[in-house]
Amino acid sequence: MLIYILRRLGFAFITCIFISVLTFAIIRLPPGDFVDAYIANLAASGSSISIDQAEAMRRAYGLDQSIFVQYWSWMVRVLQGDFGVSMMWRRPVTEVIGDRLWLTMVVSLAALFLTWIIALPIGIYSAVRQYSIGDYIFTMLGFIGLAIPNFLLALILMYFGFRYLGLNVGGLFSAEYVQAPWSLGRAWDLAKHLPLPAAVLAIAGTAQLIRIMRANLLDELRKPYVVTARAKGLTERRAILKYPVRAALNPFASSVAYLFPYLVSGSIIVSLVLGLPTVGPLLLQALVAQDMFLAGAIVMMLGVMTVVGTLISDLLLMWIDPRIRLEGR
Amino acid sequence: MLQTPMADHAAPAVALAVRDLAVQFRSEQGVVRALDGVSFDLHAGRTLGIVGESGCGKSVTARSILRLIDHPGIITGGRMVLDPSTPREIDLASLDPESRQMREVRGGRIGLIFQEPMTALSVHYTVGNQLIEAVRQHHSVSVAEARNRATELLRDVGIPRPETRIDAYPFELSGGLRQRVGIAMALAGDPDIVIADEPTTALDVTTQAQILSLLRGLQEAKNISLMLITHDMGVIAEMADEVTVMYLGRVVEVAPVRQLFAAPRHPYTRALLRAVPSILARPRQRLSTIGGAVPHPGSRPFGCSFHPRCAERVGAVCMERIPDPVPPGQAGASCFRTEVPA
Repeated sequence: MLIYILRRLGFAFITCIFISVLTFAIIRLPPGDFVDAYIANLAASGSSISIDQAEAMRRAYGLDQSIFVQYWSWMVRVLQGDFGVSMMWRRPVTEVIGDRLWLTMVVSLAALFLTWIIALPIGIYSAVRQYSIGDYIFTMLGFIGLAIPNFLLALILMYFGFRYLGLNVGGLFSAEYVQAPWSLGRAWDLAKHLPLPAAVLAIAGTAQLIRIMRANLLDELRKPYVVTARAKGLTERRAILKYPVRAALNPFASSVAYLFPYLVSGSIIVSLVLGLPTVGPLLLQALVAQDMFLAGAIVMMLGVMTVVGTLISDLLLMWIDPRIRLEGR
Repeated sequence: MLQTPMADHAAPAVALAVRDLAVQFRSEQGVVRALDGVSFDLHAGRTLGIVGESGCGKSVTARSILRLIDHPGIITGGRMVLDPSTPREIDLASLDPESRQMREVRGGRIGLIFQEPMTALSVHYTVGNQLIEAVRQHHSVSVAEARNRATELLRDVGIPRPETRIDAYPFELSGGLRQRVGIAMALAGDPDIVIADEPTTALDVTTQAQILSLLRGLQEAKNISLMLITHDMGVIAEMADEVTVMYLGRVVEVAPVRQLFAAPRHPYTRALLRAVPSILARPRQRLSTIGGAVPHPGSRPFGCSFHPRCAERVGAVCMERIPDPVPPGQAGASCFRTEVPA
């Protein structure tokens, strides 16, 4: 078991290194650098800078050195917690990202838990009552949820929430808390704003997870150990919840790994629509402006979060399935 | 019709009387009559062997008794009376499968042993967890007391070091040990009746012999009425007191075991016995087989359902009429050869 965990940790570490290399490479892929983009921007607004000035800027940001040197110096500073200075904002990257990282995680985790809470009972119901009217209704709703783009759903929910329920939609905080330091009031304000974005982000993943849960449970329900459980005299409910549902839970654990990055990246447009202060919109701006230190930091963090998510799902799987836990015993 | 009393000495009480049991599976392709009027008696403390080829309805019979047939199977007729003519008499066919009474019967009065010890236990819980659950389902005892009983059960079924094995997961045990756990599970609620559905089919020969002798020992020690379902005539010869031969959802012959082997009445029984490999056979002698395959119960042959494969057809009557079933509680065969006086 310890070996299993150590091996997972090792793989996670190696993956993180590859992520950093890829991140750096992808950021450098588009032709030109930040200074080119900056000049183009200035040209668009009618002013310009001299070639000397541009060269000075490149030297200041280290853009004149070879790619390998740039990568290495970036990595060394990243490991010290210094992600460099955002060229666009002219402030340290960590400061620019600030709360946004945590807010992104809060929104994503809320969406993930919502996905589970909705998908688990519906998936069980749909499998146990296969081809019932309820199964068909949930199936239909699920496919609709899969088919509707998130941002459209966000717009619709915002409209109805504002028009009929009088909710203050958009953002994660009320106006008076946006700039306020953390306090109980601010946390409560966040909690009040969370349901809408969480629901929007959860819908598509929920539909997917319901289908997976249903299919898995249908397989498990036909296995002899379910008959064993019934033949003991257990109630139908207990026999199903204890045995086949437990076996069908594996995809739920895996869902942490694949839903997490999806929630984070899929949230960019939704975050723009809903005006959420998460890293998604920031990443978009950084990429448009070729602000490589900021973009690099965000892509890197998202990558690492994905790896951590995978690690968590591996540990969950280990908890669910004793065969993994006892590997090599 | 040729009939003989079931046993010469005073017959023991009937523990389970099944009468005219009919089970259908209804699907879009049509109705399949999986069981078509099955009757037999299981006597207290005795072993009833139910034998037949795959698809003859043996397992459906076992599942029906416990009211555990899978959708879309339904019981369309017949009775299954536990302890008939006693105060504990109860007709299982009349109960709601989900009812409390039925759940008390499952495991409490009738235990079930499965064919596949690999898949009949959940890999997600320890042996102890699954066994203690079965104990507590039928006895109101504390967890600690249930654990003691579970350990005792494991010892009873011959599992070495039960104190440590109780915390093992099923996948850590060999097939033979798993089947022993399966037997312990069936016994956890102290049932009077145990139904063993092909309990040795998935095991190797040596383990088979051990499991069979274990079953016989437990039966004597706990005075269990055993219903043993198998396709193996060797197992029948070794274990059964009485035998019910099934073909395509019907009982074709009922006989005490000695009589069945000495003087089988039904052509199907005779064919089954010829198909048993013998150590006395000459080398390279071809094993006798029954021609053809069991027809799908959805396309049951007209008349006697065995007639297309029967080597001893009497004549046109076999193709036109269904022979009378074996009268309940008696030995006999459902065949025109035995109906028509020779």
